[in-house]
Amino acid sequence: MSHDHDHTEPPTEIELRVKALETLLVNKGLVNPDTLNKIIDTYEHKVGPRNGAHVVARAWTDPEFKQALLLDATSAVASLGYTGRQGEHLNVVENTPEVHNLVVCTLCSCYPWTVLGLPPVWYKSAPYRSRAVSNPRSVLEEFGTHIDPAVKIRVWDSTSEMRYLVLPQRPPGTDDWTEEQLQELISRNAMIGVETVKVPGTRPEAD
Amino acid sequence: MQGAHDLGGKHGLGPIDPEPESDEPVFHAEWERKAFALTMAAGMLGEWNIDESRYARERQHPIAYLSQSYYENWVAGVSKLLVEKGLVSAVEMNAVGQSGDHSAAKNLRIPTPEDAEKILTAGGPTLLENNRDPDFAPGDRVRVRKNHTTSHTRAPAYVQGSVGTIMRHYGCHVFPDTHARQQDGGEHLYSVCFSAESLWGSNNDNSEVLIDLWEPYLEAVS
Repeated sequence: MSHDHDHTEPPTEIELRVKALETLLVNKGLVNPDTLNKIIDTYEHKVGPRNGAHVVARAWTDPEFKQALLLDATSAVASLGYTGRQGEHLNVVENTPEVHNLVVCTLCSCYPWTVLGLPPVWYKSAPYRSRAVSNPRSVLEEFGTHIDPAVKIRVWDSTSEMRYLVLPQRPPGTDDWTEEQLQELISRNAMIGVETVKVPGTRPEAD
Repeated sequence: MQGAHDLGGKHGLGPIDPEPESDEPVFHAEWERKAFALTMAAGMLGEWNIDESRYARERQHPIAYLSQSYYENWVAGVSKLLVEKGLVSAVEMNAVGQSGDHSAAKNLRIPTPEDAEKILTAGGPTLLENNRDPDFAPGDRVRVRKNHTTSHTRAPAYVQGSVGTIMRHYGCHVFPDTHARQQDGGEHLYSVCFSAESLWGSNNDNSEVLIDLWEPYLEAVS
């Protein structure tokens, strides 16, 4: 679904401002237009939540990898080829029957880009950033997620360069699924902690 | 600084109203793509660091910060830094793209697409060597110092004055408070756990908050 501006309408103030800034920086030789396209392409098409789903599915199917991931997530994730900006220092936090983890950045928008890509609009919004720490259950309910009151909600406020990824609980009934099939179940939202991984209705085709 | 960006625990900001994950594009308009890429590319000139970038976005009137969209705040931040660092004059910034003055670019390495790819893949780790022992260890009780500074800090207002427990020592990391003034150097960083009760009083819904806090933010509780 595209939300791009309809070009039959006059441009908005911010569109004009960004265009002017781009023209200015290119004319002054401060940015290379090809570099802009490279940066956009990287985060629009290459780095995204499929990386994180790969990490989670591997952890669900490979106990040694899971152990390494919980001990030193930065190295374990790098072993799958995911390194870079906003993923320099990773901590993977595991959901259990006793604890449900939720990630926020109350001060800005810190988010593990290498495994999830750029954050969604709601993650960067004032309502989420204000309430995730003080009333996390109300936040979860807005995503349709009900966590048993006996389960502790552990909220991680990303105030440093440490980046957090939630390792969701593997849904029951998926014991004989392959890593590739499991990846299809794992949503971005489950790796932020606002959702759980659902018991599937139908199983994806094996490759 | 106690700006509008410091949102933890604030009330009245309305529902989250998330877009369904399957429908949500990475960018919602062409100008957002450009705002993101221009900010990243300008940052790669090396004239400012990530903490200066954050501080530039924070240093806005609260009404502006809260009423602008996320990428509008990025544009405000990068525009401010470009002028403050002397890469663009205030006149050029307001004259919308007329200038072709290359003097600011002369002494800089302008990243090519290949440079950008390398920079994005390598990242910028903040872990530093430090031969000073950490003051705290897991299990220690600590109070977050009150700090009403007007400069950049990563100690959220909602945790200042509260008592928590050290859960983990992450090593010595670049200290944002001084890094935002372009001073290098690191401090020991900890993951500190606070019960909901210690942060919000009687509001206890069986939750806790873990916050990354640097040693200068903390004092021992006996």
